[in-house]
Amino acid sequence: MSENLIKPENLVYKKTEVLTDKVMHYCPGCGHGTAHRMLAEVIDEMGIQGETIGVAPVGCSVLAYNYFAVDMTEAAHGRAPAVATGIKRVFPEKFVFTYQGDGDLAAIGTAETIHACNRGENILIVFINNGIYGMTGGQMAPTTLPGMKTSTSPRGRDVVTMGNPLKITELVAQLPGSYFVTRQAVHTPANARKAKRALKKAMEYQKLNKGTCLVEIVSNCNSGWKMTPVQSNKWMEENMFPFYPLGDIKVPQE
Amino acid sequence: MKELRLMKGNEALAEAAIRAGADAYFGYPITPQSEVIEYLMAENPVERTGMVVLQAESEVAAINMVYGAAGCGKKAMTSSSSPGISLKMEGISYLAGAELPCLIVNVVRGGPGLGTIQPSQSDYFQAVKGGGHGDYKLIVLAPATVQESVDFVKLGFDLAFKYRNPVMILSDGIIGQMMEKVELFEQVPRATEQPEWATVGKKPGRDHVVVTSLQLQSEEQEKVNLRLQAKYRVIEKNEVRYETYDCDDAEYLFAAFGSAARITRKAMEMARAKGIKVGLIRPQTLFPFPVEAFNKMADQVKGILTVEMNAGQMVEDVRLAVNGKTKVEHFGRFGGMIPNPDEILNALEQKIIGG
Amino acid sequence: MAKRGDIVIDIERCKGCGVCVPVCPQEVIALGPEVNTKGYNYLVKVNNDCTGCTNCAVVCPDAVITVYREK
Repeated sequence: MSENLIKPENLVYKKTEVLTDKVMHYCPGCGHGTAHRMLAEVIDEMGIQGETIGVAPVGCSVLAYNYFAVDMTEAAHGRAPAVATGIKRVFPEKFVFTYQGDGDLAAIGTAETIHACNRGENILIVFINNGIYGMTGGQMAPTTLPGMKTSTSPRGRDVVTMGNPLKITELVAQLPGSYFVTRQAVHTPANARKAKRALKKAMEYQKLNKGTCLVEIVSNCNSGWKMTPVQSNKWMEENMFPFYPLGDIKVPQE
Repeated sequence: MKELRLMKGNEALAEAAIRAGADAYFGYPITPQSEVIEYLMAENPVERTGMVVLQAESEVAAINMVYGAAGCGKKAMTSSSSPGISLKMEGISYLAGAELPCLIVNVVRGGPGLGTIQPSQSDYFQAVKGGGHGDYKLIVLAPATVQESVDFVKLGFDLAFKYRNPVMILSDGIIGQMMEKVELFEQVPRATEQPEWATVGKKPGRDHVVVTSLQLQSEEQEKVNLRLQAKYRVIEKNEVRYETYDCDDAEYLFAAFGSAARITRKAMEMARAKGIKVGLIRPQTLFPFPVEAFNKMADQVKGILTVEMNAGQMVEDVRLAVNGKTKVEHFGRFGGMIPNPDEILNALEQKIIGG
Repeated sequence: MAKRGDIVIDIERCKGCGVCVPVCPQEVIALGPEVNTKGYNYLVKVNNDCTGCTNCAVVCPDAVITVYREK
């Protein structure tokens, strides 16, 4: 290649300014970073950086507030939907989102999740499901698959004694307050672009005060699963997707 | 326009919240404080002032809704009673750690556990010494009348925003449930602008605002603690509030707060009629505690009796305040029982005068 | 002939996870032998066949890749 293509008029993709320049603490290959970027790009494209308030959870994404260049609040474990409710009720015109992992959203925060969705709070809940507690070192999550090994299910999740994985997204879809509920992934270009479209739809519905939108992103945890990043994405396709099938679960009837 | 009304304590407190310009109330029913949210729901302040009221799914959710709204720089509050306040403790610790202003009302009932729905003061330690995890302090206001229940709502919000610190009103089932004449203050307009630390949406040219109580670096977390402690020292210096009764010639002293102080005043009358020169210090702020007032009186009196509807909690702070200069004893009824003036006077005679 | 493109890799931000490598239709990128200051084998270009499709940048968790395409 003789001609230099690297000049401003040829630019087709760069990091959005709705992400800060801080290097994320996530493990190499972790889907959190991609999910962050998709959401940040939606906020960028919609021009709502100045009107968006985010809520970070407890778990791997506890420091999400360092990476989104939007005003952010860090919630207690599981309480993000209640915190977001408080924000949205005093600032109904702002865009409010929570970003939560499976332990935060589907174990300790189940009540807050269900009730925020049942009230139809006009918020976006981004739910990262990787079937494990990453931050604390790979313990069993509410969404850990049957038979899946974690540090607290070392012989595999025995559903008789440890309970079954909770498909909370399907549960939320049953509630009258939820408006748009979908399950996505971000590990391939096609999936990531689709997840971004879902996030954008959700934010647009929020503008119209339609009710709660929940976007689940089935993601990897290569450290917790003890695999390379590329292997973990393959394992996710083969094991997570059959149990947590991708696609829209509740779409607006219009 | 000032207005006189005969009101139940809990309802007066709720009316005061609307008038104080509160932006949001989040709560969950529990006896004996449910009238707060009932009054607010009936009054529908969103039409009067724009204040939002929401019944949460739990006390835990309610305090976290307060956290979210407070992080937006809004005047947010919740109320509950003892078991519900225990549930809120996680959120209260986060609010203190993130330095968010808010108002929390505890209409105390007897414990421990589910306890009783009758009045008590057994949450003094929880309110004053912590309750939640970590080194933090709430500003704790203890009303003894329906009037103070009203006035302390306004004062509470003012102090909360002045110091960016949660404020607790430590009421009890007597004050919450009884009716008294009350003078209501004029409507304070709701704030139209939020402080610069609030999450309101990122403004161009300023960094994004983060509300958090997390510092993973110990050096940074120690700095947060040092800043909090420095703030508490300023609060101790500036915000002590108490009332004294008949202290000038007192040879003995009662110490009591809230409804126990009202009953103690009757015991004082009876004592004075018998020629016993006894005074009373009634702390209105439990944190900051009126240390100096007690320390000074310790040079004058032969002994102090604290009268509390608990098994002996504030007595520890009075002992610390007088630092051994005079005898300090406790008299209490608890589990929802209310002391009567006779037994208070008897306790003074037995434990302090004859003891 | 496909449009020509090019990428710029932020070497210091790259964690060498390699999730971008299999998604490149032109096999332009690979993890190189060198490490950055964090010790990661960062991403390198191994040929000039880039079409500027942005696939690599879209799946990169760390927003390491900037993409250019001839217009």
